[in-house]
Parts: sequence; C-alpha cells; structure tokens
Amino acid sequence: MDYTPHTDDDVRAMLATVGAESIEELFSTIPSSVRLERDLALPGPMTEAGVVELLEGLARQNHPIDSMACFAGGGAYDHYIPAAVRHLAYRAEFATSYTPYQPELSQGVLGVLFEYQSMVCELAGMDVANASLYDGAAALVEAVNLAAGATRRDKVVVTQALNPNYRTVLETAGAGPGYTFETAPALSGTTEIPDLSDAACLILAQPNFFGCLEDVEAAARAAHDAGALLIVAFDPTSAGILEAPGVLGADVATAEGQCLGNGLNYGGPYLGIFATKKEHIRRVPGRIVGATVDASGRGGFVLTLQAREQHIRREKAASNVCTNQTLMAIAATVHLSWLGPKGLAELGETCLARSHRAAELAASVSGCSLAFDAPFFKEFVLRVPGDATEVQARLAEHGYLVGPPLGSVDPSLSDCLLIAVTEKRSPDQIEGLCKALAEVVA
Amino acid sequence: MTAASPQTIFDVSAPGRRSSTIPEAGVGPAPAGAIPERLRRRTPPRLPEVSELDLVRHYTRLSQRNWAIDVGPYPLGSCTMKYNPKVNEETAALPGFRNLHPWQPESQVQGALRLLWETERILVELTGMAKVTFQPAAGAQGEMTGLLMMRAFHAAAGDPRSVVLIPDSAHGTNPASVALAGFKVRQIPSDERGLVDLAALEAALDGQVAGLMLTNPNTLGLFERDIEKIAAAVHAVGGLLYFDGANLNAILGKVRPGDMGFDIVHINTHKTFTTPHGGGGPGAGPVAVTERLARFLPAPVVGYDEGEGRWFWDTDRPDSIGRMHGFHGNFGVLVRAYTYLRSIGGEGLVKVAERAVLNANYLRKRIEDAYPMAHPGWCMHEFVATARRYRAQGVRAMDIAKRLIDLGYHPPTVYFPLVVEEAMMAEPTETESRESLDGLADALLQIAGEASSDPDLLHRAPVTTPVGRLDEARAARRLHVRWEPGAPWLSE
Repeated sequence: MDYTPHTDDDVRAMLATVGAESIEELFSTIPSSVRLERDLALPGPMTEAGVVELLEGLARQNHPIDSMACFAGGGAYDHYIPAAVRHLAYRAEFATSYTPYQPELSQGVLGVLFEYQSMVCELAGMDVANASLYDGAAALVEAVNLAAGATRRDKVVVTQALNPNYRTVLETAGAGPGYTFETAPALSGTTEIPDLSDAACLILAQPNFFGCLEDVEAAARAAHDAGALLIVAFDPTSAGILEAPGVLGADVATAEGQCLGNGLNYGGPYLGIFATKKEHIRRVPGRIVGATVDASGRGGFVLTLQAREQHIRREKAASNVCTNQTLMAIAATVHLSWLGPKGLAELGETCLARSHRAAELAASVSGCSLAFDAPFFKEFVLRVPGDATEVQARLAEHGYLVGPPLGSVDPSLSDCLLIAVTEKRSPDQIEGLCKALAEVVA
Repeated sequence: MTAASPQTIFDVSAPGRRSSTIPEAGVGPAPAGAIPERLRRRTPPRLPEVSELDLVRHYTRLSQRNWAIDVGPYPLGSCTMKYNPKVNEETAALPGFRNLHPWQPESQVQGALRLLWETERILVELTGMAKVTFQPAAGAQGEMTGLLMMRAFHAAAGDPRSVVLIPDSAHGTNPASVALAGFKVRQIPSDERGLVDLAALEAALDGQVAGLMLTNPNTLGLFERDIEKIAAAVHAVGGLLYFDGANLNAILGKVRPGDMGFDIVHINTHKTFTTPHGGGGPGAGPVAVTERLARFLPAPVVGYDEGEGRWFWDTDRPDSIGRMHGFHGNFGVLVRAYTYLRSIGGEGLVKVAERAVLNANYLRKRIEDAYPMAHPGWCMHEFVATARRYRAQGVRAMDIAKRLIDLGYHPPTVYFPLVVEEAMMAEPTETESRESLDGLADALLQIAGEASSDPDLLHRAPVTTPVGRLDEARAARRLHVRWEPGAPWLSE
C-alpha cells in the first residue's frame, strides 16, 4: 500500500517550485553524522488483501470470547453493544476529526461531548464532568491529584478491594508528587474505614473489585469528618438501580466506561469517566465543553475553562492530559441514549438477578462457596477447592471464561475467582458454567 | 453541513419512548434485599428517551456539523492529520482482536501478544531503541512514563535529581508532565535560528538536571542540527535525553532518535501511524528506551520464549516504575498502527517522511510572500509562518483562520508555538495531493488580499458554518457544562 498521492510529475513540479534539486536536499539540515545511511531493516509494502490476510492470521491465534461464554470481569465486561452505537459513533466525521479547537468546524464532536458530560453527571450524581480520560485507572490518578490539591495533603488511603492494576497505576503516578499510600483492608468483602485524619482522600469502588457493595454514605461521613475527600469508582451499568455516588456524598466519581458501548479490545481503548462537585471545577483535569452563543445568538458549544489546561497553563496546569478518549465517550453517549432511563434500570436488574442465580448455583457446587456475604451487583467472588488459576484454565477447556483469579490481590485469596454475569449471559450458560464447575472441581 | 439550530438529544426526548431492548432475567427475581434499600437509586437518571430513528438522525446530523480528514484537508501544525486508511478499521474490528478480554490467560491471546511483539520490533528499528512499553494511552502519558523512568534511573544510581530542561517552543504537555512527575521546569530559550540556544543550554546544565525533553524536528518545523552537541552536553552532566515523538513523521527512516543520542522516545500512533484521532482521542503513546533504561519500563512487557515458540507477559521486572494503564494500553489502536506499518512497509515509511517534507516546503514556498516564515530555509514536515504584517489592518491570525473555514479548509494551528507572534503553523502531511495544497495556498493568498481590501470580511468569518464565532468568554463566565431544560445559555 502507498497512501501518498504524488505522481512523478508532481514531485518534479513541486521541487521546481521550492527550488530544490532533489527531495534529499530538503533533508540537508540533518547532519550527515547522525543520518541513517542504510535502508530500514523492515519488511516491504503489502497489498491491502495481503495485509488483511496477515492480520486475520494473527487474529486466528487468539481465542476471542465469542468462542466461549464470558463470565470474566475485574473491570472489563462483555455487555451487549447496540448496532446503532457502532454505526453512529464510528462515523468517519467523528473518527477522523481532531480535537475541537476550531469550534465552528467541530459542533458535532462538541455537541456530543456536552451531552456526554450531562449524562455522566446524571449517572454519578455530580455537577460537572470532563470530556473523558484514558481509562478507569487514569481517572483515579487525576482524582487523587484533585484531592491532594484541594486538601493540601499527600496521604492516599485506598481500599484493598480495588483493581490491583489500578492500585499499581496510582502508586506509579504518585511517585511524582510524592504521595504516600495506605491500604484500607477489605478481606471481609467490604472496606473497613481506617483513621483518615491526615489523608487527602479515601478511594473506594462501588461495587468494589470483589463485586460487593460498600457503605458509601458512611465512608463519606468518615472522610469529611477527617477533612478528606471521598473518591468513588462506580460502575455505570449499575447506575439505573444503585444510588449515585455523588448523592451518597462522594466528592469525585470516576468510572471505567468500557461497559458503555465499547468493545473489550484486550484492555483498550477504554474510557476514563470523571465527575465532581462544582466547587472543584477549576481542578478538573482535561477538556470541558460549555454551551454559549455566537454573535447572532445561535447556541453552540466550545471548549471552556481552558486556563486549567496544559496548552495554556503549562507546568501549572491541573493535568498533563491532552489527547483523551473522545471517540469512546461518543460511543458511551449513543449507548446511554439508546438505553434511556428504563433500559439502564432493566440492564441493572437483569445483571443483578442473573448474577445472583449464578452465585447460588456456583456456591451449591461441592467444595465451592461464596467468599463474602456482602450484597453484590453483577460480580461475585467464588472460593474454589485448590488453585484458582488452575480452575480457571480447566473451565476454559469447557468453553467458559472466568476470572481473574485473585491471588494477586492477597495471598489468602489464591483459591478465589471473580465471576461476572452481564445481561448477555443466558440462564442456559449460567447452568452450563456451574455444571462445568462441578466437573472441574470434582 | 446542515444549518439546523443546535438541539441536544435531551431536546428530542419524549417520556415513554425508547430504543433499547434488554433481556428479561429469566431466572426469577434477585433475592429480596439483594440490594439494601439505602443503596437503591431513588431518582432515575435523566437520560434521553428516544426512538432508534431519533437517535440515528440526531447523531448523524451532529456528525455532519464536524470537519474531518475524510471531509477535507486538515493542515493543523504539530497534529499530523493524515489519511486514516480504512483497512485499519477492518483489521481492528476482527473478532479475534476486538473480542479479547484483558484478563484472558496468555495461552488464549498468542496472536495479540505476537502482534505487540512484532510492532515492538518495528518501533525498535525505527527509533534505534532497545525495548518498548505499549501501556501509555497517548503522548502525554508517554511523557509521564518517560519522566518517571528518568526519576527511577537517577534514584537507582543514588543520584536523585530535581530539574528537567524544556525549550520554550515545546508543547504544553512537556512542562505539565514534568511538574506532575515531580520535577521543576527549567526553560531553555530558542535562539535567532529557532533552535535550542546552545549557550543557554550550557548555562542551565548542572548536577540537578535529570534530563532534557526535546522535539526534533522542533515545533517550528526545524531540525535541531546541533543535536549531537546537545546530547553530549546533557549526557556529560549525567542527564538523559527524552525525544517527544510528536514530529516523528518528518524523519522516518532518515534519522533515528537513538542515533541522535536520545535515551527515551514516545511515539504518537495517532499522528505518525494513521490511527484515527477520534475527535480528540483515543491515541496510543508507546515508549521506547535504550538498553540501560529497559529495566525501568512499566511492567509487564511482552516477552518471547524462542524455545517454546510462545509469547508471554514478562512480569518479572523488579526495577519497573510500575504501571501506567489499567490493562495493556490501547490495544485496539495498536492493531491499526501495526496494520499501517505492515501495509506501507519500510520503503513506505521513508516515502512518508519525504513526501511530508516536500508537501510542507511546497506549501511554504507558495505562501511565503504573503505570510513570511518565522525562520528562513528548508522546513521539515511543518512550518511556522507569521501573520504579523496584517495586524496593522486589524487582522489577526485567528481572523485568517476563520476566513479559511469559509473557503473550505480547516485552518492551520494558530498562536502556537508561543515564541512566534501571530503564529500560523501548518503541517499538510504526505497524503495531501499537489492540487489540494494549491487550493489551500490559493485560499490563503486570497485572504491576504482581503486583509487589505475588506478586513471586515475576515472579522465576520466564518459565515458558512452552522454557527459563527462563539463567545468563549461568555462560556467561561456563565458556565453551562451540562444540559438544562430550556437551554438557559441562549437567553440569559
């Protein structure tokens, strides 16, 4: 393939215009001592059909979840993606556009992002949302930065019931500002709130990494009494039936938005959702879209409060984020519009009922039990006889994907597996999983 | 573009209407009390209630109020808005890639790991580096990754450092990342050539300098020809060199960051490797490093066991800085980048650089009498012109940009880099044809004439878009950042 349009005549004519003998002359400002004086040791060009065949070959070396029943969770979920989402969000007018810095040419993207912010505020019970961040982990990193700035403290208390990858991301990013991290234990399924007296924030997940529901209100009281902020990472698919974190007292709500119209894609591109109360608006990271009017009074949308951002504020910016996940936010917006309030509630109810059915059946398998008693939403921890990783592998042979195993969260959980049940898992698949489980652990 | 008045999806909502169909549970209700009452949502979220046709029309119409590469030229400097091949979308949508769960065991994702491994081999050859992480989701996250590695490198040597040097022409993400990584910014001025001022650099170097971040070619579209001296000076005080890959498109196969002396490189796949910008994201910002920094890379990295012929996640990285992404990075974006890299191959990559530089110089030459260059001589893939001379007529770079919209083009980047007055920064990319560049140049020349003959025409522009110039000051003063019934921003 070659996507350059120049004919030989074009090249000759253009060189004549610029007054160069050769294209090479245009590179003469590069000192010859650093030039690569050989061809790149890379394969040559391919035909389009050839490259498709190559990629199809690689794709065939994978076992996508379509070939299994996917009960895997842990921050990424196999929810149904409506046909309309793919057709609309991936329209080339959205996909091949740039950051909307010229608003007159970007009313499409800006308009959708304004709707996105509005919907996120509704789900989260917050006043202001940004136009997206990289993923659920990055959203938490930014939430911590907001809390540290607002409280002028640098201790971060994190529930043990948080995606262990997120925890690592928090600590990695925290090395810059020099935050200290403490763990709030959660081996009973829900978080025990420790002393927060000099903490910038407490981070909870609702539902948490074990699927269990936390007492967000009590956590908010404890945090606020100690002068700390409460950050809650919530699950947008639960927002039709679970109370919004903002309503329960959270100061910042974040989420992984993959579940809203975005494919699993082996972990990305996903969608970092970020929302907070209005008193923190000037500490919000990244882009925010606002509504305004033009000279003749027509309504339209622009990027606003840009003085927070890196391209204006440089080293004093609220965040370094520039490129975000706009296209994923567009997909989430179309998806939420497709769901509507009733669809979102029904989605939650179906996940709730089916996950409880799965938990009941799985716990009745000899040698298996639920690890925790706490209420859960769409995901639960199953204790299995022996090594959870081994059970996961054997279930895969039966066509069921579960997990992740939880040994990496705490060694005492090495016989524990996460099992997630979305609305896509049929009652037959749930029964099939539990039958397979019985065989595997027998 | 349609000129209908702006209407959000909320404004077409009608209670009781819907698009969605959700399966009934079919297993009976969840046990009573499955969710404690106090955790039950009391007020449903105000989401729109629309039919599927309402939904389709609304978002189709919105999409038509948007510029895009597929619509026309997009010469934004520093953004590399080149054509995004359609085949990339086809391969990324293959179920074997799209439907992989990030927690799947390695044995189920051998093709995905192999794709990353092969991509790493290509990036290593292109950059002259040794090892790559794919976790960063965009350039700024790549910067953060590189800076945290710098921090870890100096800490491991028992020589923690506090300062990072940045030229005054740098992207805003550079200083913002430096601050977030816990360093202080020391800014290096550009000299009259538009290049790093060597004397100022020498003066700024001391034992506190962790490293220098540099874009080369720089944001003025000029190659930092003193790069060897710069690298030697920074290395002499024990500092590291960070290559901001924003402008990699200009030098593919011509010169490699590793050969210039850089230690850390980030790549913007959404610039150089044709993955769609998506209205502002997603991107992917892989970071490549030299051998001596490889042990600090975020973990895990992709490994290959030659004996067993299998790919794996190498988690045994005790010196790693940790992790930047919740999972493995923007894999779906990387599938597109790999597709592109294999499509055009090594020869194609060199041609990309050559044609990008030819196009930029051609456009530069065609307009430079009306828009003088900030710096003379050959440019690389982009150039910075100045519209300073039109200020006398009360015409600003932004007026020229807005008028260009009416003539059917997306404007160049304006007012960046900050070091050039009334800057207009244009990067046509290699995928624009000569005719396309001629059209853009003719439009710019026409506007230069209009700036004298009819400046009001420029002040009024754009008039062909669904909205005219929007009141940004008002947007910031009377904040409306979410939908409210009755659209109060229209009336107050």
